[in-house]
Amino acid sequence: MSNIITDETIDYVGILAKLDLSGEEKEQAKKDMGRMLDYIDKLNELDTSGVEPMSHAFPVKNVFREDVVTNGDGSETTLRNAPEEKDSMFVVPKTFD
Amino acid sequence: MELLSLSAVELGTAIREGRTTAVEAMEAVLARIEEKESLYNCYITVDRDGALSRAADVQRRIEAGELTGPLAGVPVAIKDNLCTEGLLTTCASKILENYVPTFSAEAVLNLERAGAVLIGKTNMDEFAMGSTTETSAYGVTRNPADPEHVPGGSSGGSAAAVASGECFFALGSDTGGSIRQPASFCGVVGMKPTYGTVSRYGLVAYGSSLDQIGPLSRTVEDCAVILEAIASHDVKDSTSVERQDTDFTSALVRDVKGMRIGIPRDYFGEGLDPEVRAAVLQAAELLKENGAVVEEFDLSLVDYAIPAYYTIAAAEASSNLERFDGIKYGYRAEAEGLHQMYKKTRSQGFGPEVKRRIMLGSFVLSSGYYDAYYLKALRVKAMIKGAFDEAFGKYNCILGPAAPTTAPRLGESLSDPIKMYLGDIYTIAVNLAGLPGICVPCGTDKKGLPIGLQLIGDCFREKDLIRAAYTYEQLRKEGK
Repeated sequence: MSNIITDETIDYVGILAKLDLSGEEKEQAKKDMGRMLDYIDKLNELDTSGVEPMSHAFPVKNVFREDVVTNGDGSETTLRNAPEEKDSMFVVPKTFD
Repeated sequence: MELLSLSAVELGTAIREGRTTAVEAMEAVLARIEEKESLYNCYITVDRDGALSRAADVQRRIEAGELTGPLAGVPVAIKDNLCTEGLLTTCASKILENYVPTFSAEAVLNLERAGAVLIGKTNMDEFAMGSTTETSAYGVTRNPADPEHVPGGSSGGSAAAVASGECFFALGSDTGGSIRQPASFCGVVGMKPTYGTVSRYGLVAYGSSLDQIGPLSRTVEDCAVILEAIASHDVKDSTSVERQDTDFTSALVRDVKGMRIGIPRDYFGEGLDPEVRAAVLQAAELLKENGAVVEEFDLSLVDYAIPAYYTIAAAEASSNLERFDGIKYGYRAEAEGLHQMYKKTRSQGFGPEVKRRIMLGSFVLSSGYYDAYYLKALRVKAMIKGAFDEAFGKYNCILGPAAPTTAPRLGESLSDPIKMYLGDIYTIAVNLAGLPGICVPCGTDKKGLPIGLQLIGDCFREKDLIRAAYTYEQLRKEGK
């Protein structure tokens, strides 16, 4: 395996991904990511200089509309899926002391 | 009349002509589900009472002359990553174990407008990440052709439900082959339309630039009718394309004379099962005997599609799945403080394959690696699109297998992710290039497992695919 993923990298990616991996999961993730990156490195066989990155297969443009509410007030139904709610608001755990 | 042996169009006709009713059709489907579901596990949710009451309502509207279309009264199964108002939508994930949408996907609304009757929600790989329906948090689905084998994925529940008579047709979603490959493994018809043809509004996003909703059905005729019903321009999906040519049923013509069909040599190399190869080439021969111009060519870049795809799909997934944070809906873990709650919710809520792709995606998008991995993959995507453009300068369709093998046995695939990803080799480039692709059954192997023929068309040329697939299906039915 040419891509060696360090503990630091896995910890950093865990922060980006907002995932708390167990020790065992971390070891597996290091192996999996290293193998995947080895495989993805195959793309380096291709000379892509001068090729523009293509994010969509055909041209897409911004779609604008007037900022007007068309679907009414759905707050009551929307809050039905909330893990916790109070006075038409989502309740979240304490964010600072 | 044996209702469950009918196609969706045949059933719709029988209902309109008063030979049966929407309620009788739904009762037949529910009885089949009762009988088979404990073995196959096609569904995550069967909405028995709701289905019967919707069927009764649709029957009244058919009798009142309000619903006159070909799908009126026909029971349909919907993949569990399409939102259905008031009906549990889990994406086969623990993190959405309690999510009941307050709105329906546009494709689902289009089917309801056509009078199709929702049965329930089908099993899938978690967040559509997988090729076997084994990454579902709600158990595996078994292949009706042989229950020891997987149905394919990620729309495995939809394909298995169509094959087993647990519905008359189904919707799936296809990000890298997730409609066509399970269609191939289960012996049904499956189509991924051109990107932008069916609104993605209400489809839980995986790889937004690749995702597209499409039909799984028993016949090519059904497939065209369903696609005609679900295709629409939708202002709620900014990538939705305004098309005037969505009269797909006009392409149900049994004639391929003069149609130019290209067979990529690169699709018949190492790793292709000999029985699959023989069945697919025999199908090509049949089309040739009936007037198509069939020739081999080199598509090129085939080996680069999988690494480009997994980079792009993982990047988009890591971004799309950020929304599952335990705040507004879904599972929330108990934890001290907001940040810990996010991490615990996601760590407990997502399964291993989803975590693997989120980690990879976060890595390839991270500063210092973005250019080397993500932008590189987007450049390769442009080259792959160019290779297809060149091919479609010469051919109306590209013909090949949908998958290198027939359905693997349960439990064989997940241990080696890269090996599983390699199974997507013939389907994945189609999503990168935004093209339409259809899979039609073309035989079985010695074990009796179905083999699928894939036809790929240029953007917006679904009609070429439907015509070729319909002709092939009719010829095969005639025993040729």
